[in-house]
Amino acid sequence: MLLEEKLKDKHLIKKIARRIHVLGLNRKVNLMEVCGTHTYSFFRSGLNDVLSDYVNLISGPGCPVCITENLFVDKAIYLSKNKKNVIATFGDLLKVKGSLSSLYREKSNGANILIVYSPLDALEFALKNKDKRIIFLGVGFETTAPLVAATIKEAGNRKIKNFFVLTGHRLIPPAMEALCQDKNINIEGFICPGHVSAIIGELPYYPIVEKYKIGCVICGFEPVDMVLGIYTALKQIKNARPAVDNEYRRVVKKEGNATAIKIMYEVFQAGDAGWRGLGIITNSGLFLNKNYAEFNAENLIKTVIKEKKAAANCLCAEVVKGKITPRQCPLFTVECSPANPIGPCMISLEGTCRIYYEYRN
Amino acid sequence: MCLAYPMQIKEVKINSAIAEVDGITREVNILLLPDVQKGDYVMVHAGFAIEKVNREEAEKTLELFREYYKHAA
Repeated sequence: MLLEEKLKDKHLIKKIARRIHVLGLNRKVNLMEVCGTHTYSFFRSGLNDVLSDYVNLISGPGCPVCITENLFVDKAIYLSKNKKNVIATFGDLLKVKGSLSSLYREKSNGANILIVYSPLDALEFALKNKDKRIIFLGVGFETTAPLVAATIKEAGNRKIKNFFVLTGHRLIPPAMEALCQDKNINIEGFICPGHVSAIIGELPYYPIVEKYKIGCVICGFEPVDMVLGIYTALKQIKNARPAVDNEYRRVVKKEGNATAIKIMYEVFQAGDAGWRGLGIITNSGLFLNKNYAEFNAENLIKTVIKEKKAAANCLCAEVVKGKITPRQCPLFTVECSPANPIGPCMISLEGTCRIYYEYRN
Repeated sequence: MCLAYPMQIKEVKINSAIAEVDGITREVNILLLPDVQKGDYVMVHAGFAIEKVNREEAEKTLELFREYYKHAA
């Protein structure tokens, strides 16, 4: 059997689920994942059913679009109103509503909005359209931030003057710490994001284990990865031995990707930043360093933009914290669905509500 | 998005490489992985190779897995 097939083998998965049973915890343990792709994999693999007696896998703030505040979208919309500007964005952000509108709505009203798969596509567009300002919306966690940084460096090397980035990148470990400090959430262990960890390595999770005695298990996305990761997390709890465990060693090195980290912090610096639902978290956002100020789209904003509150009945802020599941939101499937989404959790492909909706039966 | 998928490097150029999966080839940027070589498997995210896939470690994960279930009733 090919390696990839082995990692999906249902027979193996059922056997390890049996091993979880044998651990003998005799209760449902609260684990939290902070990665939209983990939310997705957990449901897609059917593990939510297989492990329903043993684990309550809470979805935390792991969807970068979902935790982006209205203010970021409002700024992007403001910039889109200038005919000289082209807003380049990942597809997920297109339909997210800011205070009053969405990029999708602005696009249908004639704004220049470009969907890109990679920030490099936005850079190429800038090269081919010298008469326009191309503004890339930098959203994403540590998996994405280094490659946006690398793109900005490329723009510098090639002396491209019409490429800008509006930075909305956020960092996962500070958000995990903020969640540990919230007395209303009972997290007994974390399942840590595989590809964020491929960049940052194991070290950033050590303070969480030391300060809060909550284990951190780095986990991949195949069904075998997830069941092994969950088993490891439950074993830590059974033995009262919280630790950083790496169950994704084929991609995650202890020190992470040193080149990517170096490039990320050459271009960006960490600072206090706001998250939808979580408020302002210390040193949790990335902002352009002084040396790269010429690429900062904030400098193109000539007015003060005031964010208005989200729609009163939208509970995305509670969902991203893991305080409620989508099923506990009165709007879920009734007024809010992928066809008619109210908040970003239903819009983004990694949004908790979107994934719960897809697997609602 | 955290979504990244494994591809195999077929040809290394300057700052970029040609990678392939399931018969589909595409150019990937290797600025974050400058020492990548032909034949390496890499995880690709938003047009960039972000890390190599260590096949040996992958086999170890599977061995560990087989160990665990061997001892399950």
